[in-house]
Amino acid sequence: MSKIIEVKNIVKKFNGFTAVDNVSFDVEQGEIFAFLGPNGAGKTTTIKMLTTLLKPTSGDLNIDGQSSITNQDAVRKSFGIVFQDPSLDDELTAYENMYFHSVLYKIPKAERQKRIEDLLKFVELWDRKKDLVKKFSGGMKRRLEIARGLLHHPKVLFLDEPTLGLDPQTTNHIWTYIKNLNKNEGITVFFTTHYMAEAEKVADRIAIIDHGKIVIIGTLAELKNKTNTNSLEDAFLALTGKKLRDEEVSSEQIMRQRRGVFRH
Amino acid sequence: MSTIYILWLRQIKRYLRSRSRLIGSLGQPLLFLVALGFGFGPVYQKAGEGSYVLFLVPGIVAMSILFTAMFSGIEIIWDRQFGFLKETMVAPVPRLNIMIGRTLGGATVATIQGLVVLILASLFGFHPVNWVMLPLAIIAMLLIALFFTGLGTAIASLLSDMQGFQLIMNFLIMPIFFLSGALFPLKGLPTILNIVVNLNPLAYGVDALRDSLIAQTYFGLGLDFTVMALTSFIILAIGSYLFTKIQI
Repeated sequence: MSKIIEVKNIVKKFNGFTAVDNVSFDVEQGEIFAFLGPNGAGKTTTIKMLTTLLKPTSGDLNIDGQSSITNQDAVRKSFGIVFQDPSLDDELTAYENMYFHSVLYKIPKAERQKRIEDLLKFVELWDRKKDLVKKFSGGMKRRLEIARGLLHHPKVLFLDEPTLGLDPQTTNHIWTYIKNLNKNEGITVFFTTHYMAEAEKVADRIAIIDHGKIVIIGTLAELKNKTNTNSLEDAFLALTGKKLRDEEVSSEQIMRQRRGVFRH
Repeated sequence: MSTIYILWLRQIKRYLRSRSRLIGSLGQPLLFLVALGFGFGPVYQKAGEGSYVLFLVPGIVAMSILFTAMFSGIEIIWDRQFGFLKETMVAPVPRLNIMIGRTLGGATVATIQGLVVLILASLFGFHPVNWVMLPLAIIAMLLIALFFTGLGTAIASLLSDMQGFQLIMNFLIMPIFFLSGALFPLKGLPTILNIVVNLNPLAYGVDALRDSLIAQTYFGLGLDFTVMALTSFIILAIGSYLFTKIQI
């Protein structure tokens, strides 16, 4: 197996605060890799660095052999991402959102329509293709985002809390899609979640990050062995403690709270 | 090219779909036109300056372009955290193209908005003195729109949330509007006010509109277009630079 994601000694500092502190790990091609940690542990910051949205203060990141720092365009072509907050355009239809993505990723004109149709059918949104996204429920939006993230045939799919706030039915559905993709297309999946049961069920390997450092990495069995516990949740609490985390509220979260007030 | 086009198209589609916003944003210019135009009309007439409504129309057109353009630039703050911008930022396309497409889209929308106000003004008996000059007026509108979309983009690239928005509104957009000569003639102003007006890019935009629509000018059309083209170019360069440096 080859390493599709390589993270070497990355550090990210924000005004003196070290969010990610000398983190290194690898993800093998075709793996489903869970990246866990308490709030503010550095999960999202790491994903942002991997996906070229943030530059690390120091260290090296490679996806499929290309550097996320020096060869951004090659890296950007190789992954698909579903963000924590929806990044769809509400004023556009499901089809238009897909179409815009196909233009941005320079998918050949001849293939666009077919690929969009296949993926929208795959996430069961084809009959809603002409509806504006603002009429969609949270679960439908998430499904559409997954379809969009797959449109350019990425090698890695990043999912930042893909099932947050979704009901068990939708969660189940989404994971069925993703596991299918992983099995049939060999897509590597890198995801974060707060639901331990979810990680337990789907992940081949699990990493836990806390205070910006990786505290453990391995298969579920290895994690339980090393911590002498019976479940991932117990292992997680044993490693990261039971203390509540007082995360600084970021401007992003403040805006998220006010969002409803301003959005038209 | 396709990136620029698709982002331009997105701005246009969004504009055409949000009818309530479209109609809502016409309320303010109309109110200004009616309240100020007819309110100050008699005084203006007595001063021997002719019709105030006609004088006011180019200023109000400039105002609606100013607001629409600034907002479409500032919208990036929202888009950046919750919207489509994130999707474009991880796409394998140059950020500069994203910025250009967005800005052209925002500027097109603002220009259309200005034209709609101009058409509505014809309800009050307004029409260009010389129809041949109308294309020049449209170019002036486009330049005003480009400048302020660029300015909005530059500001939005520096801000991470909407906290500073009220500040920008009260200390930037409003002064730019009120001190541009949109509402009053520029001749015979007190020295300090005169200096401020001379430094205000919108003053040249309003003047160009007034010259091409009702054949009244203060700076002269040549200076108007030179200043507008130069300042637009500079602000777009700054905006592009800041935009490409955005980290999310």
